[in-house]
Amino acid sequence: MKYELNVNGQARTVDVDADIPLLWILRDVLGMTGTKFGCGMALCGACTVHLDGQPVRSCSTAVAAVGEKAITTIEAIGRTEVGQRVQRAWVAKQVPQCGYCQSGQIMAAAALLSATSSPSDTDIDQAMSGNVCRCGTYGRIREAIKVAARDTTTKGG
Amino acid sequence: MRNITASIATLLLFAGVASQGLAQGSGARNADRTASAEAFKKIAEVLRHPRCQNCHTVTEFPRQGDDRHRHHQMVVRGPSGRGTSAMLCSNCHQEKNSPDGLIPGAHNWHLAPLSMAWEQHKTDKALCESLKDRSLNGDKNVAALVHHMHTDPLVLWAWEPGTRKPPHISKEEFQALLKRWEKTGGACPTN
Amino acid sequence: MTDPVAARAADFSPERRSFLERSAALAGALVVAFHLPARRATAQTSPGGAFSPNAYLRIGADDSVTIVVALVEMGQGTFTSIPMLIAEELEVELSKVKVEQAPANEKIYGHPWYVLQTTGGSASIPAAWAKLRQVGATAKLVLITAAAQEWNVPAADCRAENGVVKHLPSGRSLRYGQLVDRAAKLPVPAEAPLKNPADFKLVGTSAPRLDTPSKVDGSAIFGIDAKVPGMKVAAISLCPVIGGKFGSVDPSRALSISGVHRVLTGEACVAVVADHYGAARKGLKALTVKWNDGPSAKFSSKVWRGQLEAALKQKGFVDHNEGDFRKARAAAARTHRALYVSPPLAHSALEPLHCTMHVRKDGCDVWLGTQAPARAQGFVAEVLGMAQEKVAVHNFLLGGGFGRRLDAEYVIPVAQLAKQVDYPLKVVFSREEDIQHDAYRPYFLDEMSAALDKRGGLIGLSHRFAGSSVIARYAPAWTTKGRDPDVAHTAETPYHVANKYVEFIRHEPPQGLLTGNWRGVGPTHHSFPTECFIDELAFLAKTDPVVYRERMLGKNPRLLAMMKLAATKAGWGTPLPARRGRGISVMDSWSCFAALVTEVTVNEDGEVKMDRMVCAVDCGIAVNPDGVDAQIQGAIVYGLTAALYGNITWERGRVVQSNYHDYQPLRMHEMPPIELHLVKSAEKPGGVGELGTSLAVPSLMNAIHAATGRRLREYPVRAELLRVRT
Repeated sequence: MKYELNVNGQARTVDVDADIPLLWILRDVLGMTGTKFGCGMALCGACTVHLDGQPVRSCSTAVAAVGEKAITTIEAIGRTEVGQRVQRAWVAKQVPQCGYCQSGQIMAAAALLSATSSPSDTDIDQAMSGNVCRCGTYGRIREAIKVAARDTTTKGG
Repeated sequence: MRNITASIATLLLFAGVASQGLAQGSGARNADRTASAEAFKKIAEVLRHPRCQNCHTVTEFPRQGDDRHRHHQMVVRGPSGRGTSAMLCSNCHQEKNSPDGLIPGAHNWHLAPLSMAWEQHKTDKALCESLKDRSLNGDKNVAALVHHMHTDPLVLWAWEPGTRKPPHISKEEFQALLKRWEKTGGACPTN
Repeated sequence: MTDPVAARAADFSPERRSFLERSAALAGALVVAFHLPARRATAQTSPGGAFSPNAYLRIGADDSVTIVVALVEMGQGTFTSIPMLIAEELEVELSKVKVEQAPANEKIYGHPWYVLQTTGGSASIPAAWAKLRQVGATAKLVLITAAAQEWNVPAADCRAENGVVKHLPSGRSLRYGQLVDRAAKLPVPAEAPLKNPADFKLVGTSAPRLDTPSKVDGSAIFGIDAKVPGMKVAAISLCPVIGGKFGSVDPSRALSISGVHRVLTGEACVAVVADHYGAARKGLKALTVKWNDGPSAKFSSKVWRGQLEAALKQKGFVDHNEGDFRKARAAAARTHRALYVSPPLAHSALEPLHCTMHVRKDGCDVWLGTQAPARAQGFVAEVLGMAQEKVAVHNFLLGGGFGRRLDAEYVIPVAQLAKQVDYPLKVVFSREEDIQHDAYRPYFLDEMSAALDKRGGLIGLSHRFAGSSVIARYAPAWTTKGRDPDVAHTAETPYHVANKYVEFIRHEPPQGLLTGNWRGVGPTHHSFPTECFIDELAFLAKTDPVVYRERMLGKNPRLLAMMKLAATKAGWGTPLPARRGRGISVMDSWSCFAALVTEVTVNEDGEVKMDRMVCAVDCGIAVNPDGVDAQIQGAIVYGLTAALYGNITWERGRVVQSNYHDYQPLRMHEMPPIELHLVKSAEKPGGVGELGTSLAVPSLMNAIHAATGRRLREYPVRAELLRVRT
C-alpha cells in the first residue's frame, strides 16, 4: 500500500504493508539510519522520532497510524531552536560514548525542553527514564539538559 | 354517621391497602437491594480485572499484565494522567491496538484520575461507595456511571485487548449486569 | 578481557627496548612476536604525494594527517585518545587529524600484546603508550631530517611544532605538506626519542572527542547502519535450544508477505530475506519452524548450579600458592567460610548483533562493528572455504562492545545464509536473539575461606572457585601449561597476607552455551567475593572495613592512597541515619589503582537506592582526563545494572530472558551522582575501561550490608531479602 509521509519537511512516498513500523520505513526504505533499533518493543527509546513535535517510539508505530503528521528525525532536529541547544549542550558536555542511544536521547530531551523550559531533576527523571544508555551517560545527559535549558544563545534572534 | 363510618372504613381500607403496599414495597425494596448488591459483586469482578484495574491505580504509574507489574519503560502518571512531555501515553498507545496486538490502543488512552483509583479498596462495599461518590467520580449519578461503562472507548477496550486476556465476564453480560444494578437502585454490597 | 601480564607490568616499560620482539619468558606469559606494521627500509609515497612511514600514518601534500587506528571505537574513546598520543609526538593539532579505521589484517594491525587484532582488556592505551607514540616520533624525525636536507642545515638546528618544521637560526619554515615528497624517500628509523611527559601539550588535556559531532547529529555510522548497493535485509532466528539444530520450516505464510523474497536456512538457523527489516521481521513471525533440540534440552540453571557445586568438591588447578594455607588454618584462632555466587550475565549492548555479507566467487566483503575483525575474517573464510586474505572485513563504530563483540561466532550462520544468495545480505539480530545468543559471563561459585588470628586479622586466605574458562576457548594459545591468565586474575586479592591459596576448578556448560569476555572479566568476577569477604572479616573482627584493609595494604602504597582518598572524600565514618550505609571496594588491575565508596538507602520494602558514589583513581598518566571520567561513570553503571538486575537463566535448554523488560538496564532515575577524584601521576598509563565495573558490585553489596546488616553473597540483589523483618 502506498503511503505519503512528511519526513523532515519533505514529502516521501513509500509502498509497504500498513503494519510496518515507521522505524523500518525510515532506516531501510528511506535509508535514514540516524534513528536506531535497540529493542523493537518500545522499551529502550533508541527509535524515538517526533510526530507533530510529540516523541513516539517508531519501532511500535505502524506506518498506517502516521497519517499526515509531520515526522521529525534526528537528522533534522538541529533545524529547530531547541534541537540546536540540545545538540550544542551534548557536545559541550561530551555526552556520547558509543553514541548509539543518543539520537533517541536527543529527541526525547528536545521534546522535554519544548514542553518544560526549565526542567527539574524530577522532570528530567520522568521524561528521560524511558531512554536506555548501556554506556551509562545518564549523569552527563542530565547536565547537558540543564545546560541546554540555560542556553540563551539563539533566543530572541 | 354512615358517611363517617364509610369514610373511616374507606380510610381503614386504604390504610390497610396502603400498609400492605408498604409492606410489599419494603419487601420489594429489600429484594431489590439484595439483587443490586449481587449484581454489583459481579460487576466488581470486572472492575478488579487487570484490564481495568491497571489504569485505575493509586500510584504515580500505570500497571501492566495479568501480574499487574509496574508498567515498563518507566512511564508515569504525569500532571493530567497522560504521561510526561517526553513520554505521553498516546506516544505508544494509538487509536487502535497495534497490528500485532501487543500494544493496546483506544481513543484517548490515559490513566484514570487518582480520585478514581480502585486498587486500594479491599472490599466490594468500599469499591462501590467510591465509584458512586459524586465528589470523586466526576459528578456522575448511577445512570451516568452506567452510561460511561457502556460507551467509554477505554472501558470497551477491555473486551478487545489485543493479545491480552479480557475479563471472564463478557461485555454483553457486563452491560446486562450494569442495567440490572441500575434498575435495582444501584445499591452497594454490605461488605 | 584479559590482561595477562598486568601484574608483571615492568615488562612493558619503554626502557625494555625492542618492541620488535618480546620473549616468552615473561612470567609465564604469552609469546608475542611483534613487528612494526609495514616497516620498510624507506617509506613510500602513495599516489597523490603522501608520506606514509608505516600503516598507521599518512601525511598529505595538503598537510592532512590521517591516523589509522587499529583499535575500535565502542565508546571508550580510542578514536580520540590514540590519535592524541600520535599527534603529540608528531607535533600536530588534534583538530587537523582525520581518523581512519584499520581494515582486518592481523599481520599488520595485530595488537602488540595479544597478537590478535582485537580491542579489549583495557589494553588500548597501555599498549599504545610506548608503541604508537613512536609512530608520531619517528615520522617527526623523518620530517625534520627532510627539512634539514632541504635547507642543507644540521637537523639539530631544526624544531617541529604545529605541523611545521622551523630552522631556528634563520627562521625559515616549511609545512609538513611541503616536505612530504622528500620525506617519503628517506629511511624511517626504528625508534626516535619520545617527549618528556612534562612537555606534553595535548596528552593529559581533556581534548574534545573527534566522534562527538557525528554522534549528536545522527550521521555516525554503526555496523547495523551499513548500506551496500543491491543489499537485502534478513531477520534471523537461531535455534533457541542450546546446541540444537535446524529441523524443518514451512515458509509459505512468510513468502506471501509483501516485501519478502526468500526463506533461507542454515545449520542452526532460519532467516527471512526481504526488502526491509520490517517485512523480514513480519515474515519471521509467520514462519513455522521445527528445531531438533539436541542433547541439552533438559539443561537449566538449576542443573548448572548443581554441576558447579559438584565441581567445587573436586581438585582443580592451583593458580596461586603462597605460604601454607592449610597450616595457617590449622593454627588459626578462628576460621570463617562463605560461598559466593555470581550469575551468568548477558552484555546487551544497545546495538544488536548484525552482519552484512556479500559472497562472491572471487572473494567476500563483510561489514560489521566488531572488536575482533580478524576473528570474523577467519570464521567467514572457514565457512566459505576461502583464503583468509580474500575476505575483506569493514569495521564501523560499535554501538557498545563490552566484550561481546570480541566474539564473532555469529558470523558463521550469517555466512551460511549469505553464500546462498548472490546479493549483499544484511542480517539483523533482534534484541531477543541478541540476549538469547550471547557469549555469557560465566556462572561462578566462589568458596572463600579465612584463617584468622585472635584479633580477627587475616593470616591465611583460600579462594577456590568453579566455572568456565573463557580463554581456553577464546585464545588457547594464551594458556600456558593449563593456566588461564584471566580466570584467576586478582583472585588472590591485592592484600598482603602471609598464606594465600587460589584454586580453579574448570567446569564447562554444555556445548552450544557460549561463555565469553564480559566487561572487567577476571577482576569483575573476583572483586565481588574477595571485597565482600574481606568486609565480612572486618565485621567479624569488629574493625572498620577501611582500617581492616589498611593493615594489609602496606606493600601497595598506590592502592592504599586511593582507598584513603575515596574514604576521606566520601566522609567515611561520619554518622548516617538508619537504613543508610556506606560500603567500599578497592581494585588493583590494568595498571590502575582505585577505590569506590557507595552510599545507599534501603527502604522497608528492601528497595535499594544509590545515594552517592565516590571514586578515587590513580591510572598513571591520564591521556584524556575527561575520557577517564566518562569511562569510570559508565563502567560503574554497567556494574550496578548487573548487581541489581543481572541474571540470565535457563529452562529446558533455553534462555528465559528476552528483552529489556526482563533483563533490565539501569535507567536515568536510578543513576546516582558519581564523584571522581583522579590523581595526577607520572606513572605510565593504565587502562580504565573496565575499572568501574569491577569496583561497583562489591562496593554496592558492602553498602547494602552496612545499611541493613544483611550480607548478600549472590546477585542480583533481591529486595525480599532486605525487607525489614517484623
